[in-house]
Amino acid sequence: MNSALNPGMAPVATPFFFYLLAGLAIMGGILVITRSNAVHSALSLIVTLLSVAGLYLMLYAPFVAGVQIIVYAGGIMVLFLFVIMLVNVERASKDRRFNRIWPIGLVAACTLMGLFVSAFVKGSRINDMFRDRGMLLPESSNTQQVASLLYGEVDRMGRYTLGQYTFAFEIASLLLLVAILGAVIMTKKKI
Amino acid sequence: MPNFIMSYLGSTLTPGEAGNQFWALVYVLVIFAGVSVAVIAMNWIERKALAHFQIRLGPMRVGPHGLLQPFADALKLMLKEDIIPSEADQFVFWVAPLIGLLAAFTVYTVIPFGPSQAVSDMNIGILFMLGVSSLGVLGIVVAGWASNSNYPLIGALRSSAQMVSYEVAMGLAVVSAILMTSLNSTGTGTLSMIGIVQAQQQQGVWFIFKFFPLGFIAFAIFAIAMVAETNRAPFDMAEAESELTAGYHTEYSGFRWSLFMLSEYAAMIAVSSIAVTLWLGGWMRPFPNLLHAPAWEFVFSLFPALTFGGLAAIAFIGTVRMPSHSFFKIQRIGLAVFGALLGLVALLLLLIAIAGHSADETLASRFKESIGHVYWFVLKVAVFMYLFIWYRATWPRYRFDQLMKIGWKVMLPISLGVLMITAIVGVIFS
Repeated sequence: MNSALNPGMAPVATPFFFYLLAGLAIMGGILVITRSNAVHSALSLIVTLLSVAGLYLMLYAPFVAGVQIIVYAGGIMVLFLFVIMLVNVERASKDRRFNRIWPIGLVAACTLMGLFVSAFVKGSRINDMFRDRGMLLPESSNTQQVASLLYGEVDRMGRYTLGQYTFAFEIASLLLLVAILGAVIMTKKKI
Repeated sequence: MPNFIMSYLGSTLTPGEAGNQFWALVYVLVIFAGVSVAVIAMNWIERKALAHFQIRLGPMRVGPHGLLQPFADALKLMLKEDIIPSEADQFVFWVAPLIGLLAAFTVYTVIPFGPSQAVSDMNIGILFMLGVSSLGVLGIVVAGWASNSNYPLIGALRSSAQMVSYEVAMGLAVVSAILMTSLNSTGTGTLSMIGIVQAQQQQGVWFIFKFFPLGFIAFAIFAIAMVAETNRAPFDMAEAESELTAGYHTEYSGFRWSLFMLSEYAAMIAVSSIAVTLWLGGWMRPFPNLLHAPAWEFVFSLFPALTFGGLAAIAFIGTVRMPSHSFFKIQRIGLAVFGALLGLVALLLLLIAIAGHSADETLASRFKESIGHVYWFVLKVAVFMYLFIWYRATWPRYRFDQLMKIGWKVMLPISLGVLMITAIVGVIFS
């Protein structure tokens, strides 16, 4: 405590925070599907989304974390709540919650799980490869590299989306535009 | 221990940058206390100013000129019964005010009161601020729903629709300011709050005057949208008392209600600081590049002392003008003591300014600089806070459809247009 200011970066990616955030995310996810009240589910989903934003921060991706908070927690979830309050939730909460398509859901969930596990198994090998090349993933202890990676992250993001990946970016924009048009056409009988 | 404090005062890093948890905690506590005091002061000024706008006196009984009224109010709210309606959703009703409060106060992590006077300087500062302050609407929506009552629900629906709509125009206005930060030799902009102010310093112009009138239009859009974002008059649809009793917090009472008030005022200060940081040069004093001679430096460093001296003078005038009836004796003594305290602060600031002027690169000069930064920042924010009161006293409330029409059909196209023109002009001139 009596020393001067700590010049290096304090490590963010401590196991404690990872387990805290991951636990919160999983707990929120479980609550989303088990609550009978739609508003409670939506609130649990917000908890999950915010903890995922925290996990992004731990991965040294502050921009993605910020976007996650603005778009999902701040924008989409408010609209969710808005819609839930407008529709008749009282009747919906009495419906059976698990309908006949649950086997399909189970298969989809298992596939996704398998994907994640394989990514994890392969990912640790990729991690070794990058470390050999002096590249960096969050487990690295080289704070200098962490700092350089962190600085100008938004800048690099912009260069990638508007440079190398312009086409994918524009396709995504077009998709969103089509969705907006579809929503307008569906709601407006007479345009 | 003194060594420790000195080592901090000599540094030019924010605690977050330096990775120093202890000073970060101190900063958080100082900011929390400061904001709470500001909210108390704002409460008093708002009641007094509104009263004077309407040719009334306002609170006069509790303390001299009602100076102790906010404390009396706070005490009353603490002692009031805290009612949770039996039909309400207990847990959500309980948690709703806390969501708003957390969102309003978390934002202060990145507000730069000076080049090193912030808890942390994030790489995504402005994005973080917008994101977290947009979470505040969740508190309102959830409060309205959990009350299980019609007026709060309508208030919550209105408020969520309003805030989501105005966020769009607000975000686009912010983007056009961020675009201006990239007009330097490297062509790289920044989202960091400190970086944005430094960019203004580098380019030698506050962004409100940059590419006149483009910067000004973006600023005006933000200034309108931020009133709607904080649910203040004339956009206070969510709590329109003539239509919805008290809107989303109709069912709240006592302490929980006061949390809503606290978070509303904290959010007002937060959005004002965004406006100040982005367009009004943040902590910079007027003309830092033009009038940079030591003499000017000294003149501007006298401003904090002068402000407190002026406040002390007003307090003393009030003491003299107090009616001479014995009933006012205690009030007169109280006001005189208050004035004397303000005068002492003024004297201290004056001493620091003089000591910092004569010596170079010492603790006193560092101190003088920090005080100057915080002073100019707070002064600019205070102007906005007064504007909030002025709006409320001047303009009648909008109708909800008018509000939506302005948001989507006027502000959004204008902000998009300003963004595009700013980009074009920026490319041409750089």
